[in-house]
Amino acid sequence: MSVASNALPRWMDLGLLPALNLAIALAVCGVVVKIVGHDPAQVLALLVKGAFGSRAGISYTLYYATTFVFTGLAVAVAFHGGLFNIGGEGQAMMGGLGTALVALSLADHLPAAIVLPLMVLAAMLFGMLWAAVPAALQAYRGSHVVITTIMFNFIASALLSYLLVNVLKEPGNMTVESRRFADSARLPGVHDALAWLGVEWPRTPLNLSVLLAVAASVAVWALLWHSRPGYSMRAVGFAPEAALYAGIRPKRQVMLAMALSGALAGLVGVNEIAGVHQRLLLDFVVGAGFAGIAVSLIGRSHPVGIVLAAVLFGALYQGGAELAFEIPGFSRDMVFTLQGLIVLFSGAMAQVLAPALQRLHHALRPAAATQGAAHG
Amino acid sequence: MTARVAVCMQGIQKSFGAVHANRAVNLTVAAGTVHGIVGENGAGKSTLMSILYGFYEADAGSIEIDGKPANIRNSRHAIALGIGMVHQHFMLVDTLSALDNILLGAEPDWRLGRARARVRPLLDTLMHDTGLHVRLDLPVEELPVGERQRLEILKALFRGARVLILDEPTAVLTPTEAAQLFRTLRTLRAQGTTVLLITHKLREIMALCDAVTVMRAGAVVLDCAIADTSLDGLALAMVGRRVQLGRSTQARTEAPPGAPLLVASGLAWHDALGVARLADVSLTLHAGEIVGIAGVSGNGQGELLEVLSGMRAPQQGELALADRRYSPRAWLDPASARALGLAHVPEDRHKRGLVLPFPAWESSVLGYEHLPRYSHGGWMDAGAMRSDCAAMMNTYDVRPRDPLTRSSHFSGGNQQKLVLAREARPEPKVLLVGQPTRGVDIGAIEFIHGRLRAMRDAGGALLVVSSELDEILALADRVLVMNGGRIVGELAIADCSEAALGRLMGGADSVTGSMTGSVKIEAAA
Repeated sequence: MSVASNALPRWMDLGLLPALNLAIALAVCGVVVKIVGHDPAQVLALLVKGAFGSRAGISYTLYYATTFVFTGLAVAVAFHGGLFNIGGEGQAMMGGLGTALVALSLADHLPAAIVLPLMVLAAMLFGMLWAAVPAALQAYRGSHVVITTIMFNFIASALLSYLLVNVLKEPGNMTVESRRFADSARLPGVHDALAWLGVEWPRTPLNLSVLLAVAASVAVWALLWHSRPGYSMRAVGFAPEAALYAGIRPKRQVMLAMALSGALAGLVGVNEIAGVHQRLLLDFVVGAGFAGIAVSLIGRSHPVGIVLAAVLFGALYQGGAELAFEIPGFSRDMVFTLQGLIVLFSGAMAQVLAPALQRLHHALRPAAATQGAAHG
Repeated sequence: MTARVAVCMQGIQKSFGAVHANRAVNLTVAAGTVHGIVGENGAGKSTLMSILYGFYEADAGSIEIDGKPANIRNSRHAIALGIGMVHQHFMLVDTLSALDNILLGAEPDWRLGRARARVRPLLDTLMHDTGLHVRLDLPVEELPVGERQRLEILKALFRGARVLILDEPTAVLTPTEAAQLFRTLRTLRAQGTTVLLITHKLREIMALCDAVTVMRAGAVVLDCAIADTSLDGLALAMVGRRVQLGRSTQARTEAPPGAPLLVASGLAWHDALGVARLADVSLTLHAGEIVGIAGVSGNGQGELLEVLSGMRAPQQGELALADRRYSPRAWLDPASARALGLAHVPEDRHKRGLVLPFPAWESSVLGYEHLPRYSHGGWMDAGAMRSDCAAMMNTYDVRPRDPLTRSSHFSGGNQQKLVLAREARPEPKVLLVGQPTRGVDIGAIEFIHGRLRAMRDAGGALLVVSSELDEILALADRVLVMNGGRIVGELAIADCSEAALGRLMGGADSVTGSMTGSVKIEAAA
C-alpha cells in the first residue's frame, strides 16, 4: 500500500517547516553564544543590523548572496540530473581564469560593450569545460562524479597557482596576482548604475552580476520545469531506468547537466574578478563552491529557495563580519559555527520535524482525515 | 478444530494522514488453522498485518495473543510473542549462506563457529519435522525462489513463531512450487502452527484455508468459515460487485491471424558474466492476436521485452518491424520503436513506467515528450500535457482524477492504468505488455484485460508477458512458454491446460524429479 508519508500541506512544507528549522538553529546558536559568554539577543541584533541595517550592509549581503546563488544553482542543476557536483569550487576558479584571460588580452583594445559580454561567456565556457571532463569520465567511463569533481578542485587550484606564479604575475610585484585589468573590463557596481539613475548609494562590491544571478535563477527555473532538455534531465535524475525506457540517452543528459552546472559555477568569476577585484588572484572563491552545496540543500534545489538561502548565507557572512568587528573576542569562527548549525538544522535535518508537524496538523483538522479514506 | 484463539484483534483503527487504512477491524483467528485474508490493493490487509507484526502502532484498538493482551511496539516484540512474518519481497541477505541468514540477529553465541554448530542440529530436526528442506550452506543468491521462501518460513519457525503471516506467498512460485508450499502449510497446521495467509488469489483461499476474512476499503466485509462461502461469494465481497474474469463467454469471431507485424528470430543475449539469459528466441506477432508468454519470473521474459522494445541490443538475432530490419550492430532504440508504432508497458512501472516524483501529467508523456503536440522548439507545453493527461485519466478511469497528483501517490492499479493509457494513446500497431496486472486489484484487472482485448480486436498485435497463468489463459490466443531463456513450448490456447503449462514452466521436459533448483541451475549452466 502506497500511503504518502510526508503529506504536509504546502504552506507548512514550504513555509512553517523551514522557519521552524531556522528558529531552532538560532536557538542552539544562542546557547553556544551564551556559553562563550556573550548576550545572545545582542549578538543576534548586531548580526541582523550588520546584514540589513544599512544600505551598505544590504549591498554587501547581496554581493555575497550573488556568489552563493551561482554556486547554489550549479549544485541544484546537477542534482536534478541525478549528479552530485562537488566541483563548484574548481569550476568557479576556472570561471575566474576565463574572465581574466579575456580581460587581459582584449580589454586594452576593445570597448566595454564587447569585452564584458565576452568575459561573461568566457567565465561560463571555462567553468563548463572544467565540469565536462568529470562528466565525460562519469558518462563514458563510469568514474564517480563525486570523486572526480573533488579531484578537479585540487587540479584547478594547482593550475591557477601555476599560471599566476609563472605566467600571469606582474614582474616586480610581490603578491601573487595578475596585473590590473583595463577599465573596459570593469563590470559596473550597483552604486555606479544607481548614480547614472540619479540615486546616491554607498560604494560597495555589489555589482551588476546581481542581475546576472537573478537572470540565471529564472533561466534555471525555465530550463528545468519548462523545457524538454530539463524534462529529460529530471527524468534521468529521478529514474534513470524510466529515462532509458523513454528513449532518453542518459549519457548525453549527464554531459548536459554537468556542463550547465559548471557554467553556472563559472559565473562566480564574473562577480568576483570582473565585478570587484579587477585582477586575477589566488583565492577569490574562498569556499563559495562548497557553500553552494549547503545553499542548494537548504533551498531544496529550487531557484526560489536557493535565492532565499543565498541571501541568508550572504547575511551571515556580512553580519558575521560586522560582529567580529563590533564584539571583541567574537571571532569569525563563531560565525562559521552559526553557519554550520543552520546547515545542520535547515539542510541535513530539514525533515526531522515533519512527522511531528504532520501529527499536529492531523490532530487540528480531524474533519479532513475522514474524507480521503474512501480511496484507501 | 480447537476453540482456542491464537490472535484476536479488536477495533483496530489506523490512519495515514488523510487515508483511513483500517477502520474498526476485528479479526479472530483460531489456533492451528489457516486463516485467509483477502482484499483488493489498499483494502488495508497489509496495514493490519503490519500492526500485528509491530511495524505500525494502531491508533486505537486492542490485540490479544493466545488470550493475553499484547501491546506490540516493534517486530522484535512481535517475534518474542511468537509471531513470524514472511514478506512478499524476501528479507534475506543474498551474499550470506542460508544458515547465516537464520542466525542473523538470533545468534546463540558471539563466536559464529560455535553458534553455527549449535544451531545446525536444531535446524536439521526442524527441517525434518516440517518438510521445509533448504540447503543451508549455499549463499541465498544461489537458491531458487521456492527454496528462499522455505528459508524464510524456516527462519520464522526457528525464532519460535507459532503464528505465521505469509504475504502473497505464491506470487513468485511455479504451480508445482505452490503446491508444495501448500503441502508444507498443511503439515504446519497439523503440528499446531497458526497461519495467516494474505493473498488475492481466491482459489488458494478456497483450497487451503479453514476460515477467511475479506476486507474492503479498510473494513471487514466478510468473516466466515470457508465451508460457508464460495469463489463467487469471495469475489463479490471483495469488490462489492460481480466481476467477469477469464475468457469472455461470447466467442470471438475467429479471424485468421493477420499480417506479421513483428518478426524476431534467433535472439540471444548473455549478461556481463557470460550467463545466457536469452537463447535462440524466435517469435512472430500477427495483427489481431494476443501472444502470451508464460513462465516463472526471471526466465528471460524481462530481457525479451527489453530486446524487443529496443532498450537492449542482443548479441545475436534479427528483428523485422514495420518493413525495417535490425541486426545486433544497429539495433532498434526505444525512440524509433515508438515512431514505428511499437509501444511498451514495462514490467516494472515504478522503476520504468513512471517517474515517481513527477506529477501525473509529466509521467503521462514519458517517451512521447518530443511529439510536436507537447514541445515546440524545446519548450514544453504544460497545458497540452495536462489536458491530455486528464483525458487519459477519464478514458482509463484513473483515480484520483487529478493530473497534478504525484505519480507515486496513485495506487498500483491506477498507476498501471495511467501507463497503459499513455502507451495505448498513439494507437500502436504492436504493444508489448509486461505483467499487465501485477499488484493490481480485481476490478482494475477486468478493466485492463478488456482494454487489451479491444486493442487486439482493433487489429493490434499484442505480446503479453505474465507470471499469472490465469491471466495468460484469460487473454492469449497463442501461448509461448519460457524457461531458462528459451522458448520451450508453443501451444494454441485451445490446447492449454494449467497442468501442461505448469510442466513446461517448471522445465519438466528437461529436468524431472527435483522441483526446485532446475530453473536457475539450468540457466546458469
